[in-house]
Order: sequence, then C-alpha cells, then structure tokens
Amino acid sequence: MSLSRRGFMAAAASAPVLMRASEALAQGIAPRRGGTLQMMLTPEPPVLQIGVNQQGPTLVAAPKMFQGLLTFSPALEPEPVLAKSWTISPDGREYVFALQEGVKWHDGQPFTAEDVVFSIMKFHMELAPRARAIFQLIETCEARDPLTVRMVLKQPFQPFLLMFDATAAAMVPKHLFDGRDYRTAPAVQRPVGTGPFRFVEWQRGNFIRLDRNEEYWKPGQPYLDSIIYRIIPDSQSRRLALESGQVLLSQTNDIEPFDIPALRQRPNLEVHTAGWEYFSPLSWIELNHRVKPLDDARVRRAMSMAIDRNFIVNRLWFGVGKPATNPVASTTRFHDPSARLPAFNVAEANRILDAAGYPRNAQGVRFTLKHMALPYGEIWTRLSEYLRQAMRNIGINFEMESTDAGSWARRVGNWEYETTINFVYQFGDPTLGVERTYVSTNIQRVTFTNTGGYANPQVDALFLRARTAAAAAERQAAFSEVQKLLIEEVPQIWLMELSFPTIHDRRVRNVITTGLGVHKSFDDVFIAG
Amino acid sequence: MEPSRLPGFLLRRGAKAAIVILAIVVCNFLLIHAAPGDPASVIAGQSGAADERFLAQLREQFGLDKPLHVQLWIYLKGVLTLDLGFSHRQQQPVWGLIAERLPATLLLTGAAFAFALAAGVTLGALAARRVGTWADSLITVVALTFYATPIFWVGLMLVLFFSVWLEWLPSFGMATVGVELTGVAAVLDVAKHLVLPAATLGLFYLAVYARLTRATMLEVADQDFVKTARAKGVPEGQVVRRHVLRNALLPVITFAGIQAGQLIGGSILVETVFAWPGIGRLAFDALLARDYAVLLGVFFCTSVMVVLFNLLTDLLYAVVDPRVEVEG
Repeated sequence: MSLSRRGFMAAAASAPVLMRASEALAQGIAPRRGGTLQMMLTPEPPVLQIGVNQQGPTLVAAPKMFQGLLTFSPALEPEPVLAKSWTISPDGREYVFALQEGVKWHDGQPFTAEDVVFSIMKFHMELAPRARAIFQLIETCEARDPLTVRMVLKQPFQPFLLMFDATAAAMVPKHLFDGRDYRTAPAVQRPVGTGPFRFVEWQRGNFIRLDRNEEYWKPGQPYLDSIIYRIIPDSQSRRLALESGQVLLSQTNDIEPFDIPALRQRPNLEVHTAGWEYFSPLSWIELNHRVKPLDDARVRRAMSMAIDRNFIVNRLWFGVGKPATNPVASTTRFHDPSARLPAFNVAEANRILDAAGYPRNAQGVRFTLKHMALPYGEIWTRLSEYLRQAMRNIGINFEMESTDAGSWARRVGNWEYETTINFVYQFGDPTLGVERTYVSTNIQRVTFTNTGGYANPQVDALFLRARTAAAAAERQAAFSEVQKLLIEEVPQIWLMELSFPTIHDRRVRNVITTGLGVHKSFDDVFIAG
Repeated sequence: MEPSRLPGFLLRRGAKAAIVILAIVVCNFLLIHAAPGDPASVIAGQSGAADERFLAQLREQFGLDKPLHVQLWIYLKGVLTLDLGFSHRQQQPVWGLIAERLPATLLLTGAAFAFALAAGVTLGALAARRVGTWADSLITVVALTFYATPIFWVGLMLVLFFSVWLEWLPSFGMATVGVELTGVAAVLDVAKHLVLPAATLGLFYLAVYARLTRATMLEVADQDFVKTARAKGVPEGQVVRRHVLRNALLPVITFAGIQAGQLIGGSILVETVFAWPGIGRLAFDALLARDYAVLLGVFFCTSVMVVLFNLLTDLLYAVVDPRVEVEG
C-alpha cells in the first residue's frame, strides 16, 4: 500500500466503507481477500472506454476500472467516491469538490483536479450526448489546487450532482487523451482508470479479464483477486453456466425472466431485483402521434385502460419489476404517488372508444395499427403478443412487424413507425430522464428523444419550471402538476417500472449496496469461504 | 493430367476467380448497405441518450456521410491492396479482428471436418459392405437422424447429457479461464472444450458423408471392372479399397470441397450455443450492429476460401481419377 497516512484516514472516515464492512460483519462474515469472480456480460461491448461507448454492458464493466466523483445510495443520496467532500453555494450555482488524496491512475500517474476538469469540460462534453446536455450549463470549471475543483453554473440546476456517477461522467486520464482523437487514442483499447480493478486481457467473443489494482486508494480493498466476464451469447447456455456454478453471478439481461422461477428454487443462488433505483428504467408502448387516431387523447386513454399491468409484471416478468403508475418511476425523485393511471377496465375502455366515434366493423375491429416488437430478446416478443391480445379486446388490431436492433433504432429515430415498445432510463431525476420524451423542444430524428412528436405548451412550461427552479419544493410542485397532466393525456402508454434480476451464488457478498447495483466498482465485493 | 497443362489451367482459373471475387465484393457491399439502419443509429439506439450532433459525428467518423458510390470505391481500393478496412465500432482493423478469431474457428471447423470425413466414409463403407443387414440399417437410421435434427438442438442435448448430467465436459467456452495452464494440461483443457461443439457440428456432415459413400459404393460395386477384379481373384478387401472405394470417392470429394470452403466461415449456431469465440459469431454480431467493414471482411475471406477450395477439388479429382482432365 502506498497510501499516505492522511489518505488512509480520509478513506477510513468515509461512511460507506465503514457501513458496508459493518454490514458484512453483522451477517457474521468478515470480508475475505482473494478469489476470482466469474460473471457474464451480455451482449459483448464494442469497446470498454466509458464515454467513447455508453452502452449497457460498458456501463456495467467499465466502472470496475473507472470511477466518478460520487455514487448514489438506493434513496439517491450522494456518496463520496473520488470526491471526498463537496459544498454547494446557497444560490445553487457554485460547486466545490475536494478530491481524495493519494489516488493514482493504473499507470502510476497521480490523479489530480486537472484530470477532473479535462474529463468534464473536454472528454465527456465532446463524446457523450447526455453529459453534453448538462455540462454546457457550466460557466467555469477550474482546478483551484491539485485536490480541489470549483464549478460555477450559468443557472441553478438541482440535479447537477447526479451527473457525477461513473456511469454518467467517469474520470479519465488527461495525460493519455488530451490532444488526441479521443475515439482512436491507444488508451481506448487498454483502459486506464483509478478503479479497484485494472484491465488485463480481452479475448473478443470469449472473455474480459480484470485484475486487482494493488495500488488502489482504499486500504485493504478490493477483496477479489480478479474479475472475469465471460461472453456467452445464448441465453439457455447462460442459464446452464449459472446453474452449474461455472459462473457465480448474472446481471442485467443475462437471464430471461421466464427462467427466474426455476432459479429461485436453487438453494445455492440468491435472486435480487434491487439496484436499479438510479436508472429506474420505465417501459411503455411508444406511440407515433403523427399517426391517426393516436393524436386523440381519448384513444390513448382507452388503450392504456385495456392493459392489465399486473399480468405483465406477474405472468411475463415473474414478479421482477412493478406496474407503472405514472410517467415518473416510483424510485425516481419527485415521483408523485397521488398521480395514478386509471385502473384496468376493458368495459370502460370500450365505452370511451364508442363515445369517441370509433365504431367496430363487421369483424369487430375499430382500426388497425402496426406494432413493432422490441428486438432485444424473447421477453419483448411475448410482451407484444400479450398487447395484441389486450388491444383485440377493445377492437384495435395490432399488426405485428418484426425487426432487428439496427432497423428498430433507424425506424424509431426516423419516426417511421406507428407503435412499438421502448424503455428509457430516468437517471434519478425527471429533468434528466423523463422530460426528454415529452417536451416539444426535444422532437428530434434520434432515438430516445421525443420521437413520438407529442407537443403540449403546458407540459413544456412545467418541465421548464422544474428544470430551472433552485428549490426542491418548487420543483416538486411543477413535477406533481405535470404528472397529473400527463396522466390525463397519456402521450405514451406506460407499462412497467423495469428491474433486472441480479442472481448470484450465496457466497458472493455485498453485491447490491448502492442505487446502481451491479454498476458499482465492486471494491467491497468478496467471496466468502 | 499432363504437367505442362497445369500453369495455363491455373492462370485461366485464377483470372476467373478474381473476377468472381470482385463481383462478390460489390454485391455484398450493395446488399449490406441496402439493409435498413446504419452503425451510427445502432450505437445511438444502444446508448440510451443521443442527439443529432452525436449521430452526425459518428457518421462522419465512419465515412457514412459520403455518397454510396464513393464509399464503394474507397472499399474496393482497400480490398485490392488487401486492406479490409477499419471497424469504427470496435476501434480495430478488420484484419486484426478476423485474425484473432481465426485459430478458434479453424480448430472447431477443422476438427469437425476431420471427424465427419473419417467417421462418415468409414461408416458409409461399412454400411455398403453389409448392405441389408442390421448394421446397415442402424447406420442409416443414425445418419438420417443427425441429418434431420436441427443442429442447435443436438448441441443443447449433448450439453444436457455430458455437461449437466454426467458432468464430464464443460458446456461452453474454448478453455478454462482464470487458471494458468501450460503444456499438455492446456492442450487437454482445450480438447475437452472442443469435444461437444466439434461433435455437434461434425454429426451433420458425418451423416452426409455416410449416406453419400454408401450410395456411390453400391453403385460402383455392380460395375464390370469390379466383377473383373473379383474374377481374376483379387482378395475382397483389396477390391473394396482399390476398386470400389476409390471410384466411389468422387462425390465425397465434391462435397468435402464445399465443406472445406466453409471452414473459415465457422458456424453461427454452434458458436452461439457453445460460446465458441469464432468467426461465425463475429459476423453475426457485426450484422446486428451494422458493422459493415467487419461483415464485408468476413464475407471476403469466406468467398476467397470457397473459390480456392473449388480449385483444389478440381485438381484432386484428377489425382483420384486419372480419367478426369483439368480444364479451364
């Protein structure tokens, strides 16, 4: 350990380390050093340099090597990582971060405030659309001294801190990227971060291997000797690998939901669904408002009422996830529990459509809509099949279209669809992850914008008010109002607050301790003897 | 074949092959670009957040902002200098990505090929000699079963039996990862991982070779020169080996030539079920991600192999059967 005494004290004093150690001790097990944790990663990411790539598998694997200034508890409270502490000025515009001491990059160079300024103002600003949208609010960002970073915003922006988790803005080494093309720099192929595990080997199509960072700044951590991600393309082979103990942990969409009941029965495995609070993915039927009669709010309300969300959660996802109640997930800040979608009621849905003037023809069909299933695995096809059934009950005929991932993204991005399924991360705050789907200023020809083309000046104004208000109470008022309004309008038909199962061998401990679940650094994960 | 005719033959066939490959490259290029979606929109669709600037940046970097005929021209120039381009998605040269997967692919397809050919011809010959007996029926039934059964199902059943029940063999991967093995232990480790995927892939072809060998041997066995050989007192074993089998091998060689041409292409299904890190998966993932350069690179390599093995097959005919003359 090359940590200074002060560094040691600082790290030891940070609450989460103590909390997790005591948590483990409370279960009667002291963290054990050693062992290799074999997991799976699905699908294989194209590159592991976070920022250059922001796909799901990269966000899972890269935070073992790269860290952010902060991370977040399940209640979305900030916790220190590379920032030891931080202060926010009363007007909500000035943020000062004090960095951990004695942190080194994997190549031995010291991590300093200059790296932070570079990562935020240049690297992520250039590469990552999500970071760019927020970081352009920064007026100045300076390294006051090697361990202090000061940022001043052009306007107060309350969700600002949420952008400092490793998955949103990982710290990258300035000395390896500055002055080069970030996408083609050599470090992209051999990632260098500050995290508890360092990159060792990647045999494409086979495995990725990360080894313990002996110079890690938290004393005594990490506990594991190495982490190996196996690439197993077939979902049944993945299930077999987990059942037979060839891998010890599965995450995200490694395991199809319909395999979960059987895995719950296995005595050596634990199934968890927590750890998605920060992302809070919400799924919906994505409607293209340019297609008639989807521009009619009565039609959208009736369609929403015809869906049994409990059936979806319990029979398709086997209890992993929750029925959606409104456009803001219940785990996201400013969710208003009093704003709830009307209950499942097929008779009422039919009455609404009759009254709105959409009569059934001789075959009992009011109108036909094309429906594109989400090409991300078997479960989404099953969902679309259920929806076709549900829509038939109210005289709407869903004509199924199948695509692959490339065509799906292209068609949704170009507005060339009638209905499809989509799910979107909320990133902890409605301004970061909900607003983008509903405001008319974000109608763009790109996926995950307001591709449906919904436009309502009232909704625009409320989201703007919530975005710019400095006080949480004022933001809550605006968000509550917009949730009630959106429930009346049903611009998209929300289905489910998604969660993904984390299934692991009982000997693996401390897997889910934050609101980011398997996306954390794993520096406190250990395999009990 | 007269040796003096060989150079002319090779020259003519080589020229034809070059034209065929060039046509294949152009067709592949146009077909791939006709599929909806491009690598930039796939990446945007998988990134969870994107804006129009992000898409424009990616398209410019990938060279997709240029007109299609310019892109084709750039690609053709590359191929003519044996440069298969660069995968912007994976930030790696295409040659490197293919070369990295080549050993695994050749090991799997080569082992399956050798197994299928050796076992298939042996079983076929056995069935032909014992035609009408229980051995013939058994071989025919087994061969037809493997011929008719979907390859991934055979794979999953083998895994269930040998990995899950008996726990004899690993169910996926190419080697034990995370353990340092050297020498004999490392070879044995890979061999253990190889058994199930090679058997799965090989069983289908085994069936084809067995059926083919049996049928042609029965056909040849009735011919006059075989009767003559028997009449002049050649021992039965020698008749089968030198007269019947050798003449029956032509169709087998034709088919083996086709299979050998696919050696580099790998097998998407077997590689998927057994998580084998071969070229089939590389191509399949590239297709889903619209990673044009990688996909075209794999197509290029496989088409070169097919053309090459066709040529070899023609030459081999002449060796096995001197009556066959090579013609351009």
